[in-house]
Amino acid sequence: MTAPAITFKKRRSPIGRSRGDVVFDAILFVFLTLVFLIVAYPLYFVIISSFSDPIVVARGGVTFLPVGFTLDGYKAVFKEDTVLRGYANSLMYTAIGVSINLLLTIPTGYALSRKDFFARGPIMIFYMVTVFIGGGMMPTYLVVRALGMVNTMWALVIPGSITVYNMVVCRTFFSTNIPDELLDAAKLDGCGNTRFFTSIVVPLSAAVTAIMVLYYGVGHWNSYQSALIYLNDRKKWPLQMELRNILLLNSIQMTNPVMTPEQLKEKERLEAISEMMKYSLIIVSSVPMMVLYPFIQKYFVKGVMIGSVKG
Amino acid sequence: MAGIVDGGGFAGAMARPIASRGDSVTGINTADTRAAKPVKRRWHIRENLDLLLFCVPGIAVTVIFHYIPLYGVVIAFKKYSVRRGIFNSSWVGLANFERFFRSAHAGQIIWNTIVISAYSIITSFPAAMLLALTLNAFRHQKYRRVIQAVTYAPFFISTVVMCGMITLFLSPRVGVINTMIRSLGGTPVNFMGKAAYWRHIYVWTGVWQRMGWNSIIYFAALSGVSPDYHEAAIVDGATKMQRVLHIDIPFLIPVATILLILNFGEFFNVAFDKAFALQNDLNKSVSQIISTYVYQLGLIDNDASFSTAVGLFNSAVNAVLLLSVNALASKVSGNSLF
Repeated sequence: MTAPAITFKKRRSPIGRSRGDVVFDAILFVFLTLVFLIVAYPLYFVIISSFSDPIVVARGGVTFLPVGFTLDGYKAVFKEDTVLRGYANSLMYTAIGVSINLLLTIPTGYALSRKDFFARGPIMIFYMVTVFIGGGMMPTYLVVRALGMVNTMWALVIPGSITVYNMVVCRTFFSTNIPDELLDAAKLDGCGNTRFFTSIVVPLSAAVTAIMVLYYGVGHWNSYQSALIYLNDRKKWPLQMELRNILLLNSIQMTNPVMTPEQLKEKERLEAISEMMKYSLIIVSSVPMMVLYPFIQKYFVKGVMIGSVKG
Repeated sequence: MAGIVDGGGFAGAMARPIASRGDSVTGINTADTRAAKPVKRRWHIRENLDLLLFCVPGIAVTVIFHYIPLYGVVIAFKKYSVRRGIFNSSWVGLANFERFFRSAHAGQIIWNTIVISAYSIITSFPAAMLLALTLNAFRHQKYRRVIQAVTYAPFFISTVVMCGMITLFLSPRVGVINTMIRSLGGTPVNFMGKAAYWRHIYVWTGVWQRMGWNSIIYFAALSGVSPDYHEAAIVDGATKMQRVLHIDIPFLIPVATILLILNFGEFFNVAFDKAFALQNDLNKSVSQIISTYVYQLGLIDNDASFSTAVGLFNSAVNAVLLLSVNALASKVSGNSLF
């Protein structure tokens, strides 16, 4: 069996890579390099600009390396109280939000992965319905308001605390990774479902827990829509809302509307810093994501696979 | 990555690709086929009562925040007043819908939504497929992994930061693009202030952000293609390009069909976040779409009933569209969702 395979492999390369193939490979290389540059350069540009002299950046003098290295942008970011407060709020909302997500999603996913669970079918249908039809923004808002959750963090963390997609990923994970024999053996020893879940299933589900933490965590960290709808009190705003204010609404307060030439120059400098601060701000706000990126990449891809293969 | 798809995975990946809506649908099918298996399990109702307890918190949240709002949709047919509440507000029949269709904005907003959606689908599909095909045909594993890591990254940038980068790069005064235009001797353009550019900016930055991420599912499908096909083709003297055209692409078609259907399911639900974040008074004529309009009506103008009516119209159109595209796809290609 092996011998012919080897000879086949040896013969394969001269046949497989004709002159046309070499050209084709070259085209692939050029195309992919182009894609790589198009995606990477804007990201790289933000990084080098955040370390460069604002005035040079504004003049277009920064291309490949930071020019006039400075940390002024970062200093400006850390002086901005609203940003720090938003950062703290976001960290808190993400931590609390993810905890609630896990508490709801993982047990539900496990219960629905059990083929001997009598309510499995009806509960699945119950969740599927929510995927296809929803009440929309205003009816949901009215419910949240009726519960007195407007202008509290609960409006951000409770309403979406179990998403069907993530629940199905958990369910699939459990039905493929927890063998029935394990349950049968535990049952013979007199172990009930709750005990089985807490002492056997949970310790075996590190991978899916990581996927859930990242899926939900990235969602909480990046979202601004529910804060926009539900939070009026600026002190409670998450980071993304403050970012929106600075990056998109340009509402950094410039305290000096004065017009002497020197002060005008100073004002220009401040404006440049505020432009500059935007680059640093983008970096600072993405730090959690960048630190976690290796894990994020690994587990997100895994999550997509679980979601796709067995849905 | 490939490992998970292997092991009978390709058929699965083909039949049930990702996306929030689809899996869920097939989830029901899986349950059905399992029930049909020869080994029948008894349901042990009393013994498994605690499993029901596992589900109670999730069910409670879903009832409160999904099912009760479903009832709340009745305010689309009422004149909602805060004082009288959902139950006691007076019925007005279809007045809210009539008002929407008679208003000067309706046509434009619906058209904006359709154009943005169609434009996004037309560009994002080929981009992701092309990336997956080239990555799959590419020989250098290491470089390939680098490209994957880099192209996935923008997906994790938040909408606000993404839009911040867009406005920063396109700023007429200090933006990179305009400094380049100036140094080439042109006059700077206020990109965000010109309605003519808005759709292109919205769509192509979307391609930039999601191309890598969207390619994952195609790439997985391609790595499930049996090497037998390629070996046979090589023996028959097929060039690499011919193999891509005649083996890889046909394998992607079923996956693409299903993803396309799922995308059509979202056709009218153009994401609120990005359109709203990129919206300003100068580009509102093209950037006002149904979801941003629903927000403006409901929370800025405080017209809950009108807002809900517009939202309901949106969902209804969406459902019809999903069903018809699904029917069409199953007729034309035999691949469909349900």
